[in-house]
Amino acid sequence: MASPLKCDLCSNQATVHLTQIVNNKVHKVDLCESCAQAKGVTDPSGFSLADLLLKASLNPDNTSAGVRCEQCGFTQNDFKKHGRFGCPHCYETFSSLVEPMLDNMHKGTAHTGKVPQKSLERKTLHDRLGELESSLDDAVKTERFEDAARFRDEIQQLKQAFEQQPKSAR
Amino acid sequence: MTIASLLSTPSELTDTASSKCPIVLMTRIRLARNLAGRSFPGWSQEAQRAEVLEVCREALAGTAPMKRSVKAAVSELTDLQKQILVERHLISRELSGSKDGAGVVINKDQTVSVMINEEDHLRIQVLRAGFQLKKAWSVINALDSELEERLDYAYSSKLGYLTACPTNLGTGMRASAMMHLPALVISGQMEKVVRAVNQLGMVVRGLFGEGSDASGSIFQISNQTTLGESEEEIIKRLGSVLESIIEHELNARAKLIETDAPKLHDKIGRAYGILQNSHLLTSTEAMNLLSLLRLGIDLNVFPEDCRTIIDRLFIEAQPGHIQNAVQHDLESVQRDVLRADKLRTEFATFAKPTFTINGQN
Repeated sequence: MASPLKCDLCSNQATVHLTQIVNNKVHKVDLCESCAQAKGVTDPSGFSLADLLLKASLNPDNTSAGVRCEQCGFTQNDFKKHGRFGCPHCYETFSSLVEPMLDNMHKGTAHTGKVPQKSLERKTLHDRLGELESSLDDAVKTERFEDAARFRDEIQQLKQAFEQQPKSAR
Repeated sequence: MTIASLLSTPSELTDTASSKCPIVLMTRIRLARNLAGRSFPGWSQEAQRAEVLEVCREALAGTAPMKRSVKAAVSELTDLQKQILVERHLISRELSGSKDGAGVVINKDQTVSVMINEEDHLRIQVLRAGFQLKKAWSVINALDSELEERLDYAYSSKLGYLTACPTNLGTGMRASAMMHLPALVISGQMEKVVRAVNQLGMVVRGLFGEGSDASGSIFQISNQTTLGESEEEIIKRLGSVLESIIEHELNARAKLIETDAPKLHDKIGRAYGILQNSHLLTSTEAMNLLSLLRLGIDLNVFPEDCRTIIDRLFIEAQPGHIQNAVQHDLESVQRDVLRADKLRTEFATFAKPTFTINGQN
């Protein structure tokens, strides 16, 4: 037999073992009798065990189940209901939910296929323009006119490059 | 060009010149794409969907393959038109039942169709008669690249193209072939094949996708997973699975002829007789009979040039196509009468079967 498990809260021998699954991950809690009692786990009515389990499953869950996608307001429960996400940003919001799923679902967990080159170039350009424009503002405010002139030229160049691209979306 | 006139012209599948492959009837590839920063269709408001529809239509109109195309909002289509589009594999059943803001753009020869606001903002599909995975990929890849010049796709470097359902992440690609596998069905080996194919990460479905039956011994085989492999790798893997299914089907045919040629010939001969003489035919029965005649062509019971007639009838015997021919509502029994009428006429002039001793060449 394996050596007796120790309580997660003190170092007494653990006699109460709780297992729960949250977000597809198994969480095990081992408690000694007194800690379990203190937490209400061994209440003979049996109700508090259910309560604890419910609370425990709600508590860690709260961090993710309560989360809403900031872009579209989608929640984890919505995903459980529909099996579809609300918007592309949901994949970031719920990455801890998505990642464990992918292993069983797909051949790999990272994309190795086609890259939308033009889309990405546009995005990089866009982001760079944003940076330059705020630098330009800064420079003007602090009266660093040489810097400002440099930023302005760079913005001009980028914009020209941008316009040479085929009609873009936005 | 309107949807109505599009429907009255033959599709790639009903086109008499194209299909030549004995076992693979048609190849299809679809790509799921979404616009960055917008809610997926199932989670967006009507106004948002309308906007996506507009943006996508405009982008599509500027691409070379869709220069000459027909566009329609699903809400403008009649039930019959939707059914015909489903029967031609140009739209999905889901799209035909979807909410406002859903639409479709189909090119003139009906080889490219783009569904808008189905499960994803864009479902791009290229369809080719016969076994043409590589060709279909090069066409759809080019169209996708053209679209991407005009639209900002939702994409992450780790997860690839972001789709409403995580099962489509990565390439967003589903490549499939419609295969005619009568000998595997007759010899009871289909279940075994399905299991083996599943183990290779491919899925087998009926003629009209998920949940449809496999009448006419026609099956759709496609890749199950979309993430972790490049498009080319998926296509290569699917291609080799298809090759091996073709080989099994050919072996099963050889075996049937070797062990029980009279039984096989009897099936084909009777199918021919029924198609020439019946007065009531359900679409399932028609599919099964046509399937046997198609097998007959492969076995040289009928001349090769009959194949295009059979492939056309596979589509034209579907309920929507039968109904469309008379332009008014029909009970299903009336449809069965009309279907039998149509097939009797078609088969009155069909080549006579010639059964050689060993049934082969």
